Amino acid sequence: METGQKIENEMRKNTVLQNEMRLSFDAVSVNEAFARIAVAAFVSPLNPTIEEISDIKTAVSEAVTNAIIHGYDEEFLRNSKTNEKNQVYLHCKIIDDVLQVEVQDKGKGIEDIDQAMEPLFTTKPEMDRSGMGFAFMEAFMDDLEVISLPFQGTVVRMKKKLGTISWIRHEE
Amino acid sequence: MEENFKVIDNYLMVKMPEEVDHHKSVYISKMADEYIMKEGVGNVVFDFEGTRFMDSSGIGVIIGRYKKISYFGGKVFAINTDTRIKRTLMICGLHKVIEIME
Repeated sequence: METGQKIENEMRKNTVLQNEMRLSFDAVSVNEAFARIAVAAFVSPLNPTIEEISDIKTAVSEAVTNAIIHGYDEEFLRNSKTNEKNQVYLHCKIIDDVLQVEVQDKGKGIEDIDQAMEPLFTTKPEMDRSGMGFAFMEAFMDDLEVISLPFQGTVVRMKKKLGTISWIRHEE
Repeated sequence: MEENFKVIDNYLMVKMPEEVDHHKSVYISKMADEYIMKEGVGNVVFDFEGTRFMDSSGIGVIIGRYKKISYFGGKVFAINTDTRIKRTLMICGLHKVIEIME
């Protein structure tokens, strides 16, 4: 085998694809698009399919929207004692072919997580909310975890395994 | 952005943006409701020709307008939907209450 090919194979064997990013931004709706694009850009080196990118963007959009309109809702803003700007915290990790996305807010938290995750359930029907946010996240990602306590904010953790990397690996 | 709303006969035509998310939905809902009330249109048509992304906020806009317009006996249409948008609408069962046309 040629030396070049040998080295390439060695490199591929020893590489565990790993990447991580953290981003925080103001909890305003105009940043929903920014969050979608940021995660799509972060995952692009894995050569996701158009379908996978759409799925991921949709799930990110749902989680970020929830943080903005529920985490930091009117009631929370009214009762908030700090003058700090409310932020959404985005934390993404790539390990091998799995993308993990965490969307966190330090807002009002969820009293009943199971109820919140029921399709069609919404605490804000007057805002034209369909109550499908969590259902969409669950449909478009492979894994969904919600950690939350009243007054302690919420973390939404989602994972998606991207298909193309295994195809590249099989070339060895 | 008022050019995205047109009243033709008894139909309110709403040109949906490239990305339909919560941020855009607030504006779309407000404007559509104003037109519905002011012009007294009977039906609403959402045109998805330029739309490449939609999350559940878009579903909320459609359902919200459907509730208002069906109260007055009107119908809601979604036209020029691409495969993905159409699938999203159907996953939510909207094809049972609105007319989806590619």
